[in-house]
Amino acid sequence: MSDFTSDFWSLYVAGLALVSILACGVLLFIMGRMRVQASPRKSSADGPGTTGHVWDEDLAEYNNPLPRWWMWMFYITIAFSLGYLVFYPGLGNLPGILGWSSAGAYASEVRESDERTGPLYAKYMAMDVKQVATDAQAHAMGERLFLTHCAQCHGSDAGGRKGFPNLRDSDWLYGGDPDTIKQSITNGRNGIMPGWGAVLGPEGVRNVAGYVRSLSGLPADGLRAQLGKPLFAQYCVACHGVDGKGNPALGAPNLTDGVWLYGSSEATIIETIGKGRGTASSVTRMPGHKGLLDEGKIHLLAAYVWGLSSVKPADIR
Amino acid sequence: MNAPARELTAKLEPSPQEVALYEIRKRIHPRAVHGWFARWRWTLVFVTQAIFYGLPWLSWNGRQAVLFDLAARKFYIFGAVFWPQDVIYLTVLLIVSALALFLFTAIAGRVWCGYACPQTVYTEIFLWIERKIEGERLARMRLDAAPWSLEKFVHRALKHISWFTVALWTGYTFVGYFTPIHDLGIRGMTWQLGPWETFWVLFYGFATYGNAGFMREQVCKYMCPYARFQSVMFDKDTLVITYDRERGEPRGARARSVDPRKKGIGDCVDCGICVQVCPTGIDIRNGLQYECIGCAACIDGCNQVMDKMHYPRGLIRYATENALAHKLEAHSIGRRMLRPRTLIYGALLLVIIGVAAASLAVRNPLKVDIIRDRGALARESAPGLIENVYRLQLMNTDETPRRFTITVAGLPGIVVAGVEQPIAVGPASTRLIALRLQAPLEGSTQEDDHELGSDDRHEQSRGDGSYEKRGGERGHEALEPGPHKIEFTIRAVDDQEVVRHEKSSFIIPR
Repeated sequence: MSDFTSDFWSLYVAGLALVSILACGVLLFIMGRMRVQASPRKSSADGPGTTGHVWDEDLAEYNNPLPRWWMWMFYITIAFSLGYLVFYPGLGNLPGILGWSSAGAYASEVRESDERTGPLYAKYMAMDVKQVATDAQAHAMGERLFLTHCAQCHGSDAGGRKGFPNLRDSDWLYGGDPDTIKQSITNGRNGIMPGWGAVLGPEGVRNVAGYVRSLSGLPADGLRAQLGKPLFAQYCVACHGVDGKGNPALGAPNLTDGVWLYGSSEATIIETIGKGRGTASSVTRMPGHKGLLDEGKIHLLAAYVWGLSSVKPADIR
Repeated sequence: MNAPARELTAKLEPSPQEVALYEIRKRIHPRAVHGWFARWRWTLVFVTQAIFYGLPWLSWNGRQAVLFDLAARKFYIFGAVFWPQDVIYLTVLLIVSALALFLFTAIAGRVWCGYACPQTVYTEIFLWIERKIEGERLARMRLDAAPWSLEKFVHRALKHISWFTVALWTGYTFVGYFTPIHDLGIRGMTWQLGPWETFWVLFYGFATYGNAGFMREQVCKYMCPYARFQSVMFDKDTLVITYDRERGEPRGARARSVDPRKKGIGDCVDCGICVQVCPTGIDIRNGLQYECIGCAACIDGCNQVMDKMHYPRGLIRYATENALAHKLEAHSIGRRMLRPRTLIYGALLLVIIGVAAASLAVRNPLKVDIIRDRGALARESAPGLIENVYRLQLMNTDETPRRFTITVAGLPGIVVAGVEQPIAVGPASTRLIALRLQAPLEGSTQEDDHELGSDDRHEQSRGDGSYEKRGGERGHEALEPGPHKIEFTIRAVDDQEVVRHEKSSFIIPR
């Protein structure tokens, strides 16, 4: 916790603070008892009295003493500062007898807030995700959670972007049933497509790309597609399947449905095949939110995300 | 030390003696005073307190007319609802207050301090209570000096209970501006106030009790910054409370029948009334002093004495330095009020009030914040169709529910998508919506001939190869990559007057 390796600086700071406070008290005490030669204020038209100190021929110092209660206020500040140092951290490394810390204050605020919102989440936890998805309040809460925790990557409208899937369509990499969505949010996903550039060589990669484009009916060089087909059958089917429809268990995308996570141009597909995706060179990973969000929030988020493609807005009430 | 300096020293040090650096406060018991200026002060006490204590009890549209709801960040003042975004009006209010202070101080000195400042007003109220219970100045001084007895205890107890009641009601009223006062009263009576409400009621109660009951002139003398900096706004044509030394001196007691001229004395009978009535305990005959709060109690007091002596009034009066020096008539004092300083203050005041009033009159009840999604600059949702995502914060500051339509202009074919229109926003509430703008990327001449590993960003715009087909038939110019200026128009369905245009940008990817 401490940035210092020895207690010296803690003791130094504590000593300095205490000596300073003490010095203020001593100074105050001396000043409070001090008496100076001065002409008192008279009731005549002479104006305020002076301290009798005259210099530079005609400069004199007015004597406008502070009220005595003001001095007591100074003493009160000293008492306050000592009390503060006893109760709160401030004196070197001492934690203070209340044991207050900013982290503790944050934790207790979070706890208070959780206690307040707990019953609300408990109500939805008891409901099925599909049921929750049609509840207007849950939808509003889910939307706020989404905008806070998900929109940075998936977009405020959940429409995704390059490398981050669109959550509004009905195409799912890992499956779109509520439990799978919940699983994706909780534990994250880390789909990896290895790079085949070294194995296939530049020509091989172009040929496979041609075949992949032809799978979803995109225009492709017929010869390349033909040449790529056996290569696909050899290297790609393990994950993407014989028919190229992918494998939700691995998060291997369906290559036939016209939905492209990284883009469908020939150059992009060539890059995907040659260099791979989700490897060290381009890590795109869905982080797990287990430690960030509690179950209740993940439940609401799952309902919101599932509802994006499966619930008509009119059915939310 | 030369001769003049010695002379000065002798003058400044009549009789040096030992004094402490801190002064023990002497309690001041101002004598009650009646007269023209005292009536004015009481009028202002009644007016300001009627407003302060009365305002939170008024209703408007079924809610408290004046309520500063800090938790909801809504500030209701009769028909208007101010939001934190309207903080400029608070700034204007403060500027207007400051300029008004400058103006009135330049004209007539510390009139604010003497008549309307809460410190003066509450001291006046507390003094009145004190006077009713403990008696006049002399009786109070006797009571102070008397040893503790049952009578003294009863008097003191009654006074403090009365003070405490007024103070507590003041604290309660003050908090009633920030939390609905009816509800606060009901919960206060059943001991159900929250910890902060309790704290603030007691805090403001205690501040009133302490400041008006005990601190009194000490606040003005030692604590208040306005008291000190107002003196820099004084000039030689500022009306200040002045003792006419030329007419009054030499002062001295005399019988009413004696003609002062013959006796060789001035009009001041040295009765000391002006000192006894002074709430800050000064002697105005010593000239203008920083302690003087300009309450004019000494004028009222002196005028009573002058009346009794059958002398003309105004030995102590509002006068300017120039008026005394040059024996100016009232009308020329009045004419000197119009001097560059006051004219500039006045003109600024009028301009600022005018501008603020005009701006309030045409205030748009709709506020919109537009936040572009920064995570994704743009995406291509369908071949040749570029999408940008935005969050719109719609703020309906009025107390009427409204429905809004959102349109956008600035690029050929740009449309709003992904949001059901019209959008309902409740009274005095906000709504955050996410929406997409779609613009067709008309045509492209770029060929899809990149080698493996070519610039990744380049691909984003073209995602789909179907462009190549469209490339040949392009009739329009392709949109330049980069940001394009667009403008959202948000319009209320039921009130075409309520409309707001907000600028933003739409990014065409490279």
